[in-house]
Amino acid sequence: MSPFDVSHFLAGGLVLLSFMLLYQDRLPPLINLYALQSLALSLEVAQQAQTQGAPRLLVTAGIALVFKAVVIPLVLHRLIRHLRIHRTVETVVGIGPTMLGGMALVGLSMALMMRATSTIDIVAREDMAFALSVVLLGLLMMVTRRNAVSQVVGFMSIENGLILSATGAKGMPFVVETSVAFSILVAFIVIGIFLFRIRERFDTVDVAVLDRFRGERP
Amino acid sequence: MPMNSPVIDALLCVGALLGVGAIAAFNARKALTFVYGASAIVCAAGLAIAVAALAAEAPSTVTLPLGLPWIGAHFRIDALSAVFLAVVNLGGLASSVFALGYGRHESAPQRILPFYAAFLAAMNLVVLADDAFSFLLSWEFMSLMSWALVVGHDRAADNLRAGYVYIVMAGIGTLALLLAFGVMAGSSGHYAFDSMRAHGLDGAAAMAVLLLVLIGAGSKAGIFPLHAWLPLAHPAAPSQVSALMSGVMTKVAVYAFIRIAFDLLGPVDWRLSMVVIAAGGITALLGVLYALMQHDLKRLLAYHTVENIGIIFAGLGLALAFRADGLAAAAALAATAALFHVFNHSLFKSLLFFGAGAVQVSTGERDMDRLGGLIHVMPATALTFLIGAAAISALPPLNGFASEWMTFQAVFLSPDLPQWGLRFLAPATGALLALAAALAAACFVKAFGITFLGRARSHEAASAQETDKASLAAMFGLAAGCAIAGIFPGVFTDLLAPATQLLTGGRMPAAGPLLPLAPVAASHNTYGALAVMALLVLAGAATVLVVRLVASRATRLGAAWDCGFPDASPATQYTAGSFAQPIRRTFATIAYRVRETVVMPEPGDTAAARFSLQLHDRAWEALYLPVAKAVGFAADRLNFLQFLTIRRYLGIVFLTLVLLLTVLALWA
Repeated sequence: MSPFDVSHFLAGGLVLLSFMLLYQDRLPPLINLYALQSLALSLEVAQQAQTQGAPRLLVTAGIALVFKAVVIPLVLHRLIRHLRIHRTVETVVGIGPTMLGGMALVGLSMALMMRATSTIDIVAREDMAFALSVVLLGLLMMVTRRNAVSQVVGFMSIENGLILSATGAKGMPFVVETSVAFSILVAFIVIGIFLFRIRERFDTVDVAVLDRFRGERP
Repeated sequence: MPMNSPVIDALLCVGALLGVGAIAAFNARKALTFVYGASAIVCAAGLAIAVAALAAEAPSTVTLPLGLPWIGAHFRIDALSAVFLAVVNLGGLASSVFALGYGRHESAPQRILPFYAAFLAAMNLVVLADDAFSFLLSWEFMSLMSWALVVGHDRAADNLRAGYVYIVMAGIGTLALLLAFGVMAGSSGHYAFDSMRAHGLDGAAAMAVLLLVLIGAGSKAGIFPLHAWLPLAHPAAPSQVSALMSGVMTKVAVYAFIRIAFDLLGPVDWRLSMVVIAAGGITALLGVLYALMQHDLKRLLAYHTVENIGIIFAGLGLALAFRADGLAAAAALAATAALFHVFNHSLFKSLLFFGAGAVQVSTGERDMDRLGGLIHVMPATALTFLIGAAAISALPPLNGFASEWMTFQAVFLSPDLPQWGLRFLAPATGALLALAAALAAACFVKAFGITFLGRARSHEAASAQETDKASLAAMFGLAAGCAIAGIFPGVFTDLLAPATQLLTGGRMPAAGPLLPLAPVAASHNTYGALAVMALLVLAGAATVLVVRLVASRATRLGAAWDCGFPDASPATQYTAGSFAQPIRRTFATIAYRVRETVVMPEPGDTAAARFSLQLHDRAWEALYLPVAKAVGFAADRLNFLQFLTIRRYLGIVFLTLVLLLTVLALWA
């Protein structure tokens, strides 16, 4: 396989995993899928490091591998066991329309990126298009889910998309990469604590309860 | 980079003022003398730097590694900033000296002192800034500090409202300036003034910039109809701050206009100058009409600031017009007139606000209808206020006359212009300015007469005492300044010459202290201030001599003769409203929809007759209230957005993003 094929395969895999995230309604497999997506991301970044000859990207790949493919999923697993929600099945409404919408989003980002980036080389173009798809799918996931944990996973998959786009565009400054990684970590910690607080108070992590608490309609 | 360059010295002054403000923030209750004393010393130093830089003529620049990392903060002193630096620091010096005495009556000094020093520093920074980022930052800092001073006494409900209107207008003004700089920087994003100057603009972009600057700087300066905040906010602050806001901050706004319209924008089309001229003329007339309707002394003064800003902008507009047609000598005359009026107005407006402050401290009143007869108890204040009133009314030999006379000379040169539009507009504006000048004189006859002459209308006015020595020193200093600038205008026009050279490429003929002022050439009209002064001195001496020789020495001081009715109430005197009535009826009926109704009792009925007067501020009703209503309506309609669920917010963000991306994808 040529480097282009590998890169294409991995980036496409990221999008495919995004679709699976969108579809999956149980939490432990959801987290595993996220770990898999992060793994694919780190492989893709490592591949880019090779083709672009930019060893700095290997650090990015390392961060993705250690934190996003291993540490965060492990902590999330512990978290949902702690919260005793690892066996619950989330009621994801309108799976069919959501998947169709996701496909439309991928089409949109392809159409947009292929035109907008006609001047740069083909690998980067593909990467940009896939990255935008991953971002949009993550956002769609956050909108359609009610469980706070799956919203967190959606949020972090958006970040995977951002990293993908940034590596495609001839690498990114290491400062930016680390700061994004740390902000994700901080967001993760804050949201984790926040989850416990919600749980303590409301006995559930369904965000709809928060709305009810605010005096909104149920 | 030489360490003794003027711009670094000026920045050190700014740093010193900020330091003073910081010290005041920690220990305001005891720091009064320190803050005002230190501010006065630093401002005196700043004034010296500015005058030296003006004489040196060579610009001095420095770039500091502050602000945005890839831009840095550029500062520069050229002739134009030196002129305004001098105005700012002279005003700051006078205000600080005045406040050494006046500030002792302050009930909550910790709310005033830190912001006072920071406000002075901010105004210095605006004048020094040499890139758009530093300029806007200092500009906004200046707005915020003055806002803090306006709402310093927040117990009075009016002050909070004034502060609210002010902060909204300041925001709009800054937004307009931001957009103007954005257009000038263009897509390449050159935010340093040097590169803006180099690149220049024409056509629609230049028009957009000029209009935006007129809105942005004009709202701070008080151009009609953007003046609405000014008569609310200026009087609300303590008097030394009112003097700074009215006398100095409006000038910083004029600086912003000049810097952008004359310096950065490059050549301006003559059609655009018409907008500026017309705005100036209308502002001058309406400002003075508003002032005539007032009976609050400080508010009256604030409206006169609007009038004087109109005169300045009319001069600047004429300079733009002459410059567009290559008439360098006429352009130099108009620009010198405007700059000289900037300086003069800062002198006498500060002086008048000090007088109003002294009256307020002694009597606790700002309402003229509760004052009167103060010349007997506060003779020194009355004398200085009279000098200021004569100066602002453009009476020779004081400074107001010199600069307004020069503005009119510029109007008289307008037939040289090739465009018919300007040939009509300039004399029409001249007529408006002449009317405004006459009405201003009437207005100050009212202000001085009602406040200082006649009999006291209230117990407080009767028992008032002369103000303290520091305040008087500041007032006499400014009054002397008005006289010197009036008698030796040539010194000042010569000092302004480098600045007009920069703006218009020409300069007025050198005059010096003794020669008469010649606007274009000695063969045209000239104004010999010294000769006028000599004439006045001779006439005065002759009158005194005649009175001494002819009049009886047996004079006595008695009560005013009141047609044989003893103990007439002081309320039977002229009031501010009754004095203004003829002018109100003649000029303001249409402009303000004045309605006067008199209800007379039936013959034989002993009930009191009733007189009621209704005034409508049309600018407020036609421009501000509809906007406020529209904003309120929209806010009500959009209120539900505050109470959505998290998922809905996310959904809105998501849908907006997808919509924008779709538009981008479909854009051919």
